[in-house]
Amino acid sequence: MALPQEKLTATEERLASLAMPEMCGCTRAAREDALARVQEMGLPGRRDEYWKYTRPDTLISAQAPRAEVFDAGEPMIFEDMDNLKIVFVDGVFSPEESDDLTLEGVMIDRIEDICGKDIHWAKELYGALESRGQTPVPRPLAALNTAFAKDGVAIHVTGKPSKPICLMYRHASETSDAMLHHVIRVEPDAEVTVLEVGPAASRFNKVMEIDIADNGTLHHVRAQGRDHERRAMTHMFARLGTESTYKSFTLTANGVLTRNEQVVELTGDDAVAHVAGACVGDGDFHHDDTVFITHDAVNCESRQVFKKVLRNGATGVFQGKILVKEGAQKTDGYQISQSLLLDDDSQFLAKPELEIYADDVACSHGSTSGAIDETALFYLRSRGVPVKDATNMLTLAFLAEAVDEIEDSEVAEKIVNRLEDWLARRS
Amino acid sequence: MLEIKNLHVQLEDEDKQILKGVDLTVEPGKVHAIMGPNGSGKSTLSYVLSGRDGYEVTEGTATLEGEDLLDMEPEERAAAGVFLAFQYPVEIPGVGNMTFLRTAVNAQRKARGEEELSAADFLKEVRAKAKTLKIDADMLKRPVNVGFSGGEKKRNEILQMAMLEPKMCIMDETDSGLDVDAMKLVSEGVNALRNEGRSFLVITHYQRLLDHIKPDVVHIMADGRIVKTGGPELALEVEHNGYADILAEVN
Repeated sequence: MALPQEKLTATEERLASLAMPEMCGCTRAAREDALARVQEMGLPGRRDEYWKYTRPDTLISAQAPRAEVFDAGEPMIFEDMDNLKIVFVDGVFSPEESDDLTLEGVMIDRIEDICGKDIHWAKELYGALESRGQTPVPRPLAALNTAFAKDGVAIHVTGKPSKPICLMYRHASETSDAMLHHVIRVEPDAEVTVLEVGPAASRFNKVMEIDIADNGTLHHVRAQGRDHERRAMTHMFARLGTESTYKSFTLTANGVLTRNEQVVELTGDDAVAHVAGACVGDGDFHHDDTVFITHDAVNCESRQVFKKVLRNGATGVFQGKILVKEGAQKTDGYQISQSLLLDDDSQFLAKPELEIYADDVACSHGSTSGAIDETALFYLRSRGVPVKDATNMLTLAFLAEAVDEIEDSEVAEKIVNRLEDWLARRS
Repeated sequence: MLEIKNLHVQLEDEDKQILKGVDLTVEPGKVHAIMGPNGSGKSTLSYVLSGRDGYEVTEGTATLEGEDLLDMEPEERAAAGVFLAFQYPVEIPGVGNMTFLRTAVNAQRKARGEEELSAADFLKEVRAKAKTLKIDADMLKRPVNVGFSGGEKKRNEILQMAMLEPKMCIMDETDSGLDVDAMKLVSEGVNALRNEGRSFLVITHYQRLLDHIKPDVVHIMADGRIVKTGGPELALEVEHNGYADILAEVN
């Protein structure tokens, strides 16, 4: 079917501003395939149902809007932890700033290097989960990424590395337009923690494809920081094997436009997937969590826990779906999305969805918007806690259910500290 | 200690007068009980004294050791020494009981210009006080009042009172929802806190609680006023004859 003229023009303009890497090697077929999908789907437009609450204009424009380089004046959140750091500056791998990429239990290669090879394990994964994730809902910006991303890492987890792998992003140019594509394969019984932190670029399009084999485990914790002028579009595609575990948590503070999509497919029995997010937005802030979890096996568990604190006209969006396929019996699905609106100007737009084709499942979902609980606030104040501190305590308490999804207590504490700092700066 | 003069209060949202001229003086070290039928304004009085939103004082004054309470924020009243034991203690998911207690204790100390309690000292004190109230370590770790039984919630109120060491304790129907054993435990906790410098205002429907917490003075409140004041025998009279006789007498 031909694309509407407006969409066709926008797509062509964007494609004209991009070029595939000179050497594509073993990723060539996937890239060409992805490009064909983009041409067929067209880039997202304002009339697309899936983009009803978030305007994609600045994500698809030929040039990235300018964004001031942000300096927090403090170390990045996971910087002082013992982890293997892989640094990207404006979307380009920086060997000087990165640690040595050798670590027992894991093999790490640059996507750029893989593009110079005809044979590599990542060939099977690059673009594969993204392509699967295009149905039933098209995600053209992910396909665009598969086609044109020049950098990223391929992480092959074969054991249990002794420390987390930390992807650190730095923003250096006001006009940077970065695309990163990461692929992660977790082998049977292997386990890894992947952290992501830092302002990546003025505009950032990231895809992460995660394939977790039977009994494998991946923990992902991400902090999207205070670089307020960024425009970020991220996709996480995860496929889970039997008895495997995928847990992902995202902290988002500020940002004029951030959309994080999670596309998770439970393909093996007894698998567990938890995706959670805590976001705090003030003023000219737009944050969108779009989640699609497909249960296609027996006795799997999925949890979606998203909490948003919004003030001064900030906007939060949640589109979350649980799809339980025929035969996915004993599914245990849970979804909660809540916003704490600290004033009348802020808004939370939520679209929770369940689609169930099996008859022996337990799925629950809830979505709420509310203000600070006045009774609880008075209780705290009546014990001597000043109103600002009491408000902050209740705000953190509101976010706690999401933060509790982080398994590593050291990481969780760091996230809580950042949230406390954010609140303290505003009270 | 506490001096209330001609206090008139109405609801902010609606034009409804609840307190219609309350006069009450509580001396240091004394326990005053306020009894009265439903809707007489007892709980409103406790909320107005502790600073809850939603009430408008249209006339009268309330002072604590000469300081105007009505002009203070709830947290300032707390730091000045007012403590309200809630009839329905509030559940706060996501806030640990211990964190809450420590924040409250140190906030009050800070407000009074005192040094904050160190983590170690705080822990020592809270453990000792919790033990006498039969509050176990698990209850201290759990979120504030979440999943607590009625008795546990009231004991938790008394623990807060013990930690915050207020001058003026207002207890709003602390006996409601308590079985005999729990009432005894709570009363013992309160009695342990009685001293020369600390006053209590015990609001209750029933004389039962006053068997355990012996009042010095008993007031009967009806239709927004204190209509009768007497000694402990007044509570017994209510227990035997109900409020009807007293109300008939004063009307």
